Amino acid sequence: MSSRDLILGRVRAALRDAAASEVPRAYRSAGTDEADIVLLVDRLVDYKAVVHREQDVAGVVTSLEPGRLVVPPGIDRSWIPADATIVEDEHDADAVLTAATVAIAETGTIVLDGSPDQGRRRLSLLPDLHICVVRQDQVVASVPDAIARLDPRRPLTWISGPSATSDIELNRVEGVHGPRNLHVVLLPPAPARAF
Amino acid sequence: MTFLGMPATAPRGVGNLRGEEPFPAAAHKALANAQLRRNLSHATTTIRGKSGAVISELPDWQELRDAGSALKAATMARLPELLEQLEAKVTAAGGVVHWAADANEANRIVTGLVRATGHERVTKVKSMATQEIGLNEALQAAGIKAVETDLAELIVQLGHDKPSHILVPAIHRNRSEIRDIFLREMPGVDPALTDEPTELAAAARRYLRETFLSTKVAVSGANFAVAETGTLAVLESEGNGRMCLTLPDTLITVMGIEKLVPTWRDLEVFLQLLPRASTGERMNPYTSMWTGVTPGDGPQNFHLVLLDNGRTAVLADEAGRQALHCIRCSACLNVCPVYERTGGHAYGSVYPGPIGAVLSPQLTGVADNASLPYASSLCGACLDACPVKIDIPSLLVHLRNEVPHPRSERVAMAAAAYTMDHPALYTRAQHAAKLSKHAKRLPPPLNGWTASRDLPEPPAETFRDWWAKR
Amino acid sequence: MRIALFVTCLADTLFPAAAKATVELLERLGHEVVFPPGQTCCGQMHVNTGYQSQALPLVRRHVRNFAPYDVIVAPSGSCVGSVRHQHAMVARNAGDERLAVRAEEVGRRTYELSELLVDVLGIEDVGASYPHRVTYHPTCHSLRMLRVGDKPLRLLRNVRGIDLVDLPAGEQCCGFGGTFALKNADTSTAMLADKMGHILETKAEICTAGDSSCLMHIGGGLSRLDAGIQTVHLAEILASTEAATDMPGRASEGSA
Ligand code: SF4
Repeated sequence: MSSRDLILGRVRAALRDAAASEVPRAYRSAGTDEADIVLLVDRLVDYKAVVHREQDVAGVVTSLEPGRLVVPPGIDRSWIPADATIVEDEHDADAVLTAATVAIAETGTIVLDGSPDQGRRRLSLLPDLHICVVRQDQVVASVPDAIARLDPRRPLTWISGPSATSDIELNRVEGVHGPRNLHVVLLPPAPARAF
Repeated sequence: MTFLGMPATAPRGVGNLRGEEPFPAAAHKALANAQLRRNLSHATTTIRGKSGAVISELPDWQELRDAGSALKAATMARLPELLEQLEAKVTAAGGVVHWAADANEANRIVTGLVRATGHERVTKVKSMATQEIGLNEALQAAGIKAVETDLAELIVQLGHDKPSHILVPAIHRNRSEIRDIFLREMPGVDPALTDEPTELAAAARRYLRETFLSTKVAVSGANFAVAETGTLAVLESEGNGRMCLTLPDTLITVMGIEKLVPTWRDLEVFLQLLPRASTGERMNPYTSMWTGVTPGDGPQNFHLVLLDNGRTAVLADEAGRQALHCIRCSACLNVCPVYERTGGHAYGSVYPGPIGAVLSPQLTGVADNASLPYASSLCGACLDACPVKIDIPSLLVHLRNEVPHPRSERVAMAAAAYTMDHPALYTRAQHAAKLSKHAKRLPPPLNGWTASRDLPEPPAETFRDWWAKR
Repeated sequence: MRIALFVTCLADTLFPAAAKATVELLERLGHEVVFPPGQTCCGQMHVNTGYQSQALPLVRRHVRNFAPYDVIVAPSGSCVGSVRHQHAMVARNAGDERLAVRAEEVGRRTYELSELLVDVLGIEDVGASYPHRVTYHPTCHSLRMLRVGDKPLRLLRNVRGIDLVDLPAGEQCCGFGGTFALKNADTSTAMLADKMGHILETKAEICTAGDSSCLMHIGGGLSRLDAGIQTVHLAEILASTEAATDMPGRASEGSA
């Protein structure tokens, strides 16, 4: 007998008496609340992200003195400063500039899904500075709203503030293995655009 | 006698589910360590405050708990079909699914997979399942080095220590002890390192960076697996998880069969419950989700090992199976007055605290962890804190009824029950108690209580005497 | 109202003052108290130590003795918890569904003292007087099993002359836990030490609670410290009036 059949057989034997029951979903489901930009900013700042509410992404990038910058292939070229030092390999980069898929106001979370304007996962992991551009129409109120928008078949990275740890006396300290600086540029809603 | 297909407990001689001594003996030693008690009290008080604050921000916390609890029950009831669905989805997305009946088989599978890559070092992101089965020891025996990358795990590994908490295995260490361990054990550490937490975190970053970049195989656990889509999720803080899950060529994930959720949507419940109950954050800094293999992004070889190791035995107990609903948030540890005083090592198993007291004995069979169900005053704080509403106090009472009892206790309990069921005898016993008047200490084996407390003086008359005279 | 007293074996044998105070208080409020004489012990110790089969006859006895009454009161949160949350389970585990159903009915009609006063009788001011500095320990079973909430505090706040002080970290267990205090005496003692530290911080003369068992544990520790703080059951404070001369407490119990 294979271990697969053994385990499934054991589970069936163990569950003889179990009956499936209804799941109550009285919590606030997707669509309950309006996305609250002010709340998002507050929550991002609370977890030590820096928020820029500006149209001029390239200007913000320049002001952060990004050094060697890496960008995903589908990035909006207008966001890249004219004089930026662009490198191809994220291992060599000091900073990364990406778009996002969804931002969750209630938790201060940004989700990347590997789309061309966000790049593969390691791109936004290795550089120490992550500049992430979020359009206001990407902001949702809550976790259920985000789940409803996301595609689970894509590799997803949920980011809430810079890398941190609670391992020393259970207090949150920022700055371990992931980017130690997270800057979020919040844009107003964009007219429909194609890649 | 057992036959194939009967739910089985976790085998002896492998893994970390059994302690070397009973809880009271281990607790006795831990309680003598004043520094440990200060560290634990400080850390658990901090986390209780943080967690309470972010939970109170949610108007629907109780509704989320209700949903989480029901979802887990519904998952268990349909486990066979959900496991098969998960297997099909992961396989379709380019992953390979393995089934491990126990710790030995899981260790064999993982060791074999690593060997097949030709590499001799793996990075690890904290996983209870691999600690449970003693994977690091098994890999070491096969000449493979496992590097723990979670900061707390690193502190434990460098300190030649054992984990003492589900979430923060080095909770028993304070910042200055951590600095001392780093100065002593971390190659290339800056000798001017202070005990500032940010500096300690930066030291770990420097130390592990090269390892992350050069290691081709990683081993992880999983917080959730979605049967409907084959998606796996790991919640973490530091980014070491992201490193392990995206940089290597090969990823091996070891996961207990109870970690499933039926649908993608169900994650909306658990992603709200887990961070607030565990680290007391609205959301943990990083959550990674992946489905099989994504061409051009992350590991191109993905193996999922589904582990039984006693879980089916837990499942077979109708009352006990809710222990499998645990999402390992460790809230029950943080509120437990026993855990706060003894720390996690006293429980012997990798699963300490209230959940450990009900899970470990069920995984191993109650005889092997017979003292654990008694490691609680039944104060009930764990039930209130649990995000999936596991009724740990009732489970403890249930398991106490299952464990083998010492003979002298059995005799005393039978005598007491007989007396209580015969009012005449009961009244006589009440009056006999008066004879022991002024005996402020009890004889053995009851002297444990009176070692530090005085017995009250028996009153001149019992209530029923007084009532009879009215 | 006719109220049956479930005295509990501990109060009957070691702490009759709490039970007597319950009777006096309820009679003062104009109610009739009856005492079913066949009662002994609810079996909580047996259940919580893992001897459910031996608890079964005690459950049966308890249900038989209290089934005839519509309202039952006990001066103990933990014994009420046992009746309400464990009796039916013990019966069911023994396969006695009929007993389980009857146990549930008795459980529904059984109240801890503060519940009876506030929820059933609708009184928060019982007309008591107790001019002392008092701190209240909300015992685990009252707090988390019965969810009595702030009912005891509401009753205490209305007592004349009382100086009620908050107990820091009050919701933490005192470390009694029945046989826990025997089987894990060291851990229990460590929990008690912290509880006593908090009680001493309050500079109260009296520590009160709704459970004689926890008070026995705390009082036993305080007695060893010679701290001069007494433990007094909630019922005794609520039964005290300006007319009464002596302060009820453990010291007065021996000569009651
Ligand atoms: S039992 Fe509940 S509170 Fe304890 S770790 Fe598991 S989920 Fe968290």
